[in-house]
Amino acid sequence: MTVAAPAPLEPPATAVVDNARWRRLRPDTPLPWRRPLALAGLAIIGAWAVMALFAPLIAPDNPLAQNFATLRPPSGAHWFGTDELGRDVFSRVLFGARITLPLAVILVIAAMIIGAVLGGIAGFFGGWVDNLIMRIADLVFAFPGIILALAVAAALGPQLRNAVIAVIVVSWPAYARLVRSLVLSARSSQYVVASRLLGSSGLRVLFIDVRPNAAGPTLVLAALDIGNAVLLLSGLSFLGLGAQPPTAEWGAMVAEGAQNFSDWWVGMFPGLAILTVVLAFNFIGDTLRDMLDPRTARAVRV
Amino acid sequence: MGALLQVENLTVALPTRSGYQNAVDGVSFAVDAGEVMGIAGESGSGKTMTALSLFGLLPHGARTSGSIRLDGGELLDMNAKQLRAIRGRQIAMVSQDPATALHPILSIGTQMTEHMRHHLGVSKSEALTRAADLLGTVRIPDPEQALHSYPGQFSGGMRQRIAIAVALAAEPRLLVADEPTTALDVTVQAGILRLLDRLCRERGLAVIVITHDLGVMSATARRLCVMYAGRLAEAGPTSELLASPRHPYTRGLLDALPHPEAGGAPLVPIGGSPPSLGRVPAGCPFHPRCRYAQPLCATERPEPKPISDLHLLACPPDPLRAAS
Amino acid sequence: MTDMVLQVSGVAVEYGRRGQRVRAVDGVDLGVARGEIVGLVGESGCGKSTLARAAVGLEPLAAGSVTFEGQPVVALGRRRRPDYLRGLQMVFQDPYESLNPRRKIGELIADGAWLGGARRKDGLERAAELLERVGMPANAVDSYAHEFSGGQRQRIAIARTLAARPTCLIADEPISALDASAQAQVANLLSELVDEEDLGLILVSHDLSVVRQVADRVAVMYLGRIVEVGATDTVWANPQHPYTEALVAAIPRPDGAGVLPVDLPGDVPDPANPPAGCRFHPRCPIAEASCSELEQRLLPVAGRDIACHIRSGAVAHARQPHAG
Repeated sequence: MTVAAPAPLEPPATAVVDNARWRRLRPDTPLPWRRPLALAGLAIIGAWAVMALFAPLIAPDNPLAQNFATLRPPSGAHWFGTDELGRDVFSRVLFGARITLPLAVILVIAAMIIGAVLGGIAGFFGGWVDNLIMRIADLVFAFPGIILALAVAAALGPQLRNAVIAVIVVSWPAYARLVRSLVLSARSSQYVVASRLLGSSGLRVLFIDVRPNAAGPTLVLAALDIGNAVLLLSGLSFLGLGAQPPTAEWGAMVAEGAQNFSDWWVGMFPGLAILTVVLAFNFIGDTLRDMLDPRTARAVRV
Repeated sequence: MGALLQVENLTVALPTRSGYQNAVDGVSFAVDAGEVMGIAGESGSGKTMTALSLFGLLPHGARTSGSIRLDGGELLDMNAKQLRAIRGRQIAMVSQDPATALHPILSIGTQMTEHMRHHLGVSKSEALTRAADLLGTVRIPDPEQALHSYPGQFSGGMRQRIAIAVALAAEPRLLVADEPTTALDVTVQAGILRLLDRLCRERGLAVIVITHDLGVMSATARRLCVMYAGRLAEAGPTSELLASPRHPYTRGLLDALPHPEAGGAPLVPIGGSPPSLGRVPAGCPFHPRCRYAQPLCATERPEPKPISDLHLLACPPDPLRAAS
Repeated sequence: MTDMVLQVSGVAVEYGRRGQRVRAVDGVDLGVARGEIVGLVGESGCGKSTLARAAVGLEPLAAGSVTFEGQPVVALGRRRRPDYLRGLQMVFQDPYESLNPRRKIGELIADGAWLGGARRKDGLERAAELLERVGMPANAVDSYAHEFSGGQRQRIAIARTLAARPTCLIADEPISALDASAQAQVANLLSELVDEEDLGLILVSHDLSVVRQVADRVAVMYLGRIVEVGATDTVWANPQHPYTEALVAAIPRPDGAGVLPVDLPGDVPDPANPPAGCRFHPRCPIAEASCSELEQRLLPVAGRDIACHIRSGAVAHARQPHAG
């Protein structure tokens, strides 16, 4: 290379691109689509999404209609058997997906937005605002999630909507904590200081400089949290505080199964549905977390 | 008498996405007892990989070939247990960051005597006496007190002295110092360089100093190897290499340095940056950045050839011959 | 003093540590004119970085004042920085941290123009121009910071400050995190910009030989105070303060002569509990009894100012209460 006066160029940017991009991910991390767990998770969620979407077409029967003999074991006519009221369990499991999946996603998004906004405010303003918000978050954290959700759902009255609210109440603090810590570390980072020196207002820094850095970890936490939300929501319904009969909801169906213990198919199939959905979301969330760099990964694990 | 350490045609290949790539490529050098030898180069020149290979501490999956003989024993043939017996006892390492080299929650005394009792089999009280002596040697004020202190209680310069004392605890014959003073202030650096020099003279310790700082090299090393992209560019007596460098890369490194005697003249940077692993150009690895490059430099791989008794040069065109 | 673009007068900066107030900077006067590079050197813990941050308003002042183009530099709080301070910008040490990893280079640079009221398109055009100005390809606007090497990132960071059309830059160790060849490139870039854009530049560095290369004037700090300040050539050729002497003598010269640098024994004292009188006296080779009693102030000796009453022969002056 000739020495171009006065300050010679370094080689074209592309020469270092691969190397640098490579260094950001951990060198031994295979790409997400090469990871069997993530792939399995995506496949399962995909399958459930299709089933939920086309439940009326797939389901052999109306989930609420009491058309058949009660408590029949699985057979060619009723793949998952029938329950104590003579409803087709297979149809009920399919329709259950239409309740659980969208609600879990919506409540996680709601918890994420509430938590992120409160966490952002706490991290940005600091002082008593920060103290107030974070003490409330600590208060929520102090209880085991299911217990607090129980208390909230019981106080609001047994209803699916109230169960969703209860789960949101116990879920938002995790996002608030994460976003607050990301905002705090970004606020003192040099790139934010540099931006402030150029004349950015604090709010502009929060939205322009900090937001893109906080978005990744927050979304990963949300992906990890969906499984949890499914579990909590079903748990509340199982305990009678969520979906009320005759709604085809997995937790409530497992509860019915618990009353007909010897007729295993009544509880096991909705239980398996919960298990597969929770596992699949956790697979996806774990993979996403591994893709983040180790430092943020630790923050998400809180 | 043979050299204490004899490295011949050492090649270290590291696994990367594009297969194995040579981080160190056919490097040979020797170190005698009581001598400071320097390995100079920018980041990615393979100098740290060379050092790690002496300890058998290369990253997982690395492949080595060639030979590293310490006092006649072939290190590359040794198993993990044999290497453990050599590490610390025969060769020891001082790294750039003393904060990570010392255990933060063990007392200095424990860290030093562990070593001695394991390798030398001396009693605890004997080990403590020796440790205090060593701390005195590296000029830690009040060594007895220091034995009961923790690394966090010392400043950076003191910690680096302590790290050297810990490295010397089992009386190794070869000390490998990887950027030992890069993180330190100049006045502290001066103290460490003087210490290394004294240890060589008084104890017959052999030292390999690895640094990109040619000033540090000039002050301490008697002989110098300049590495570029995993290969030896030039090797020989420090005074000769720095006063009249023959390899364009050595020349470039010197010109890029703020030279105390150069006055206010602008620095002359080497254009471009060193190649990353797996992107080493064919032929002479330096040719894309070399202002003297000829067509043959892009195809012929230059081997280090003696140009005088002690001076090796891997640059067949030798454009700086006339200048020297 | 009115020709100074940035004037620091009697500045003290304190921070709290375990309940006590520590003065990291204690009564410093320093100015920089347009087209001038002032080097601020000293070892770790001397307060040079704190002073640099205070000068742009990143640290609140405990005493004294900083004026930029005749207007006071206010500490940056929650509020937006006043527009008249846009001409005073800072280049940080670590270009890996001073560039937002998730925003495009073009946006980062254009920020400087946008925040000055430029339209979106104009800002992006300016970003491309500025990239070329600092020796980067203009198409880098669409890339992210991690795609570049350390030296390239530091150029980008410099381009971003230029977008605010500064008249004064403060660079805190701008090259010490870079590779040898990138160091020279960035140092040269900074000194070109000072000439061509008529900027004032305060270059903070622990490396006296870098400062020597580019600075017109140099100020040497020790434990929160300036001990010597004057034209770089004068100070370098013939340092008068004993600390400057030690600093210059400790720099190893890459001349191959094998001369060991001179050691300065002892450590920098704890700034929470600085020695009385001259702060350097516990380590000073020429200290006398009076040094622990007399507060020092800068007095002219041999064409520069030093804070040493022994060398300046100004016992009578020094007896007067410290003005600071």
